[in-house]
Amino acid sequence: LRKNLEDFTGPRERSDLGFVTFDITADILNGKSGLQAIFDWNVKQLFLYLSAEYSTKNNALNQVVLWDKVMLRGDNPKLFLKDMKSKYFFFDDGNGLKGNRNVTLTLSWNVVPNAGILPLVTGSGHVSVPFPDTYETTKSY
Amino acid sequence: SGSMEPAFHRGDLLFLTNRIEDPIRVGEIVVFRIEGREIPIVHRVLKIHEKQNGDIKFLTKGDNNAVDDRGLYKRGQHWLEKKDVVGRARGFVPYIGIVTILMNDYPKFKYAVLFFLGLFVLVHRE
Repeated sequence: LRKNLEDFTGPRERSDLGFVTFDITADILNGKSGLQAIFDWNVKQLFLYLSAEYSTKNNALNQVVLWDKVMLRGDNPKLFLKDMKSKYFFFDDGNGLKGNRNVTLTLSWNVVPNAGILPLVTGSGHVSVPFPDTYETTKSY
Repeated sequence: SGSMEPAFHRGDLLFLTNRIEDPIRVGEIVVFRIEGREIPIVHRVLKIHEKQNGDIKFLTKGDNNAVDDRGLYKRGQHWLEKKDVVGRARGFVPYIGIVTILMNDYPKFKYAVLFFLGLFVLVHRE
């Protein structure tokens, strides 16, 4: 679902605005990447984020965070989210979402230790979200 | 300030790298300066648009803030660029604020602390 609006959060140019709804199912304790104990003694929290990555005529690489969440040590490590709307507006820098078939969503996380290194880890799954060739003009979302 | 809680708090000490060739990607924690302001800000990259030739413009946001940093940037400025970046947060040690004060007042203490922190980072890399 895609509209073309003025990016009212920033530059006053007409840019593509994408609307994506998504489900996330993740079990952080027994992640697909085989990391059995992500929440070890030195992990204070995970900063999880879902980002969309794609290429356009204007820009070779675009990355937009659609959703993020802080997961503290002790929180339920299973994520079972359905029909989530993005937390942040998915504005492109230009009109590159129209007909873009190659928008990839990936779940990543920043491990925040009690002390030490701050690694960024990308989850091993990713999903492709093709955008339609036409703009949506109704007010639905 | 409290804009990156609960990850970081006032008094935490951050380790930064500033390699120009390191690409700026979403999720990273960058330290940047806004033109005309002295105090650097430590926030997370929320959005990037990078051209073929490497020119990049990006947007940041504090984890604990409700909105992105556009309100903090200079008037008329909508994006940050590579030149605004002072460093990338790679690691940290909590509550060390009091130690930096001691390190300023007692140089020998400073050298001892740096030596042991260097060891800690090397050991942790395994």
